[in-house]
Amino acid sequence: MTFERGNIAVADVRLGEQTELCNGVLLVDKKRLAEFLLSRDDNITSCLISLARPGDSTRILCVKDVVQPGCKVWGQGPGEGRRHVLENVAIVTCGKIVGYQEGIIDMSGTGALYSPFSRTFNVVLDIAVVSGLTPHQHEETIRNAGLVAADFLGETTRALRPDTIQTFSAQEDQPVSSHLPRVVYIYMLLSQGLLHDTYIFGRNAREGLPRTIEPLMLLDGAITSGNCVSACDKNTTWHHQNNPVLRELFRRHGRDLDFGGVVLTTEPVSLAVKESSAQKTIILVRELQAKGVILSKEGFGNPDADQMLLTRGLEQIGIKVVAITDEFAGADGFSQSLADSAMEADGVVSVGNANERVLLPPMEELLGPIRDLSRLAGAWPHSLHKDGSLEVELQAIIGATNELGMQRLSCREV
Amino acid sequence: MASQYRVVYSLNQFFAGLGGEDKAYQPPQLLEGPRGPGLLLEKLFPHMEVAATLVVGDNYLAEKTETALQEILALLSPSLTAEGADKIHFLLAGPAFNAGRYGIACGAICQAVQERFSIPALTAMYPRNPAVAVYRKDVLIARAGKDVMAMKEAVQRMALLAIKQFNGEELFPDRHNYIPHGRRKNYFAEKTGATRACDMLLLKLGGQAFNTEYLMPVFDRVQPAPPIHDMARARLALVTSGGIVPRGNPDRIEAASASRFGIYSLKGLLRFSSETHQTAHGGYDPTFANADPNRILPLDAVRELESEGAFASLHDFYYATVGNGTSVANAEEYGREIAKLLLADGVQAVILTST
Repeated sequence: MTFERGNIAVADVRLGEQTELCNGVLLVDKKRLAEFLLSRDDNITSCLISLARPGDSTRILCVKDVVQPGCKVWGQGPGEGRRHVLENVAIVTCGKIVGYQEGIIDMSGTGALYSPFSRTFNVVLDIAVVSGLTPHQHEETIRNAGLVAADFLGETTRALRPDTIQTFSAQEDQPVSSHLPRVVYIYMLLSQGLLHDTYIFGRNAREGLPRTIEPLMLLDGAITSGNCVSACDKNTTWHHQNNPVLRELFRRHGRDLDFGGVVLTTEPVSLAVKESSAQKTIILVRELQAKGVILSKEGFGNPDADQMLLTRGLEQIGIKVVAITDEFAGADGFSQSLADSAMEADGVVSVGNANERVLLPPMEELLGPIRDLSRLAGAWPHSLHKDGSLEVELQAIIGATNELGMQRLSCREV
Repeated sequence: MASQYRVVYSLNQFFAGLGGEDKAYQPPQLLEGPRGPGLLLEKLFPHMEVAATLVVGDNYLAEKTETALQEILALLSPSLTAEGADKIHFLLAGPAFNAGRYGIACGAICQAVQERFSIPALTAMYPRNPAVAVYRKDVLIARAGKDVMAMKEAVQRMALLAIKQFNGEELFPDRHNYIPHGRRKNYFAEKTGATRACDMLLLKLGGQAFNTEYLMPVFDRVQPAPPIHDMARARLALVTSGGIVPRGNPDRIEAASASRFGIYSLKGLLRFSSETHQTAHGGYDPTFANADPNRILPLDAVRELESEGAFASLHDFYYATVGNGTSVANAEEYGREIAKLLLADGVQAVILTST
């Protein structure tokens, strides 16, 4: 089985009379797109569409999800055939606060150093919904609108020839030298209910995990995000579509290591379930004959316990682990960083202290619901200064301390 | 040659050459030019000049800390606020090596000076000096050896760090030989987290050295020893971190952040009394311990049990230190050393009292 990803990069995104990709420029007919979204979901009352380009003096507020537009060009099932993607374009959904933990994207200035979406051409959807929706219906409406819009824009690539095509093969079709160490990826998904959910093929991930999954399916967009957790370490749908650990393991397969598969696992809410989930995950990893494991995470606090349970359990049966985590060491950096620890966790990659504060300069344009600004996690009532600058913890910036390891940010002791 | 950096150097009575314990109550005094390690500094770094040397006795500072610091700040104010050719660039204190009281003095002076005058003020200590735990958060402390043998290296490290700090350069604990403040700070690595994770895992799988990016906090849990089957045959010893010492505190165990433990005889002694023993501990009201030291280390009750045959014999020596702000690392070291001695003397059981 093989999967091809055809990458198409755009030079610019502009509003236009129709939606098309022409000479490297993506034109968006915002009237048609808004009408399309409204026609698909009666819960949506309006959809304001704006563009944000890298370098713009623009701040996007209350971001809920980010989705990469693309379309399946051919192939029967998920993980097979070819998908075209708009490499540097993103659908950014935002709107009135649902989960108190939506985040910020700055297109220039200090904040732009921290988010991957400061470097993408963003089509921003500010969506309003009918009154009386429960938070869960509200979340679902906006989640689906983002996915639908991504398909809408993705259609522009169907007939195009991609700039680059990457071909990925199933591991069983690519036997490697037996002396290479077999590495398995444990992909922890936040799946706790109450606006902390992730979806696999559209189904809530709380059901049926832990399980193995064909990595090619992940490359084909099997996982979508429904999470309203802190912006910094929320794995948006875009992060799932572009999982950097997966890419790295494919790249090194047959060269440095033998990529032995992916185990999806949960971050449940009670200790007993955490323990049994960890045990089941470890059994799956052992069945894959792993020598080593990369362990990524989403969120912080109680997911630290899952990461430590898995690390301890695997190391105790001789499977080496490297865990990726962010830190919450306090604004001054003097607090203990994690909610749980394990002696066995001697290989940890830190993707940054999310409590560290940054001063974001004023921006000319603000997109999204400005009134909700000081209610974001990572902000506080006096975050917004008189001159329009904004002092926040990195926690408030989408993807700043992504625990799939998307960013270069790290943390050290000084 | 005009000096590039003008320094005020802070020393205790001993390193300034005023005297030993007899001068430990020396009030703060500002002397012109270098003394002791300051002379070495000028020799090692010809572009540095020690404009003045601050001397203060260890005990004076330890016992009257607040007053002493106020006096020191007043004494230093004219030179540390001077501008132009008289401007002082930084203050150096120590090295204090593993000396607890001197370490506290160096740390306290550096902290007060940098806070008041906003100039770099740094010191050097052995990493296990009890003062490290107290001051490393706020004070830049160069890593020094245990004793005066490491003087040259310590002065060198301190001076190089001072220059870097003065110039606002980024500091790395390993590269620049200082004791980390214990603060987590973000930086941009060359590679993404995912790439670093794969690199680290491959090193780990290959049995090669790798550096974790977050060292797990490890909490020590001591397994209790198995119970003694027959106490009637056991040899018992007394150990305390409550500071009970013979009168006069012959080993000068510090009232806080003890840098040692003492070994004292119990031969022929039926009980402690206020004539024979006292407490050296600075962390509690000493009135009742001094009136009857058995309240902290119950020799009287143990002798009674001995006569009743509750255990075979009491070991002839007891071991005492002060568990008041004493670093965990030091406490572990004393525990190991004491245990070694007890085992060699055939002791099977210990009553360990603390306060």
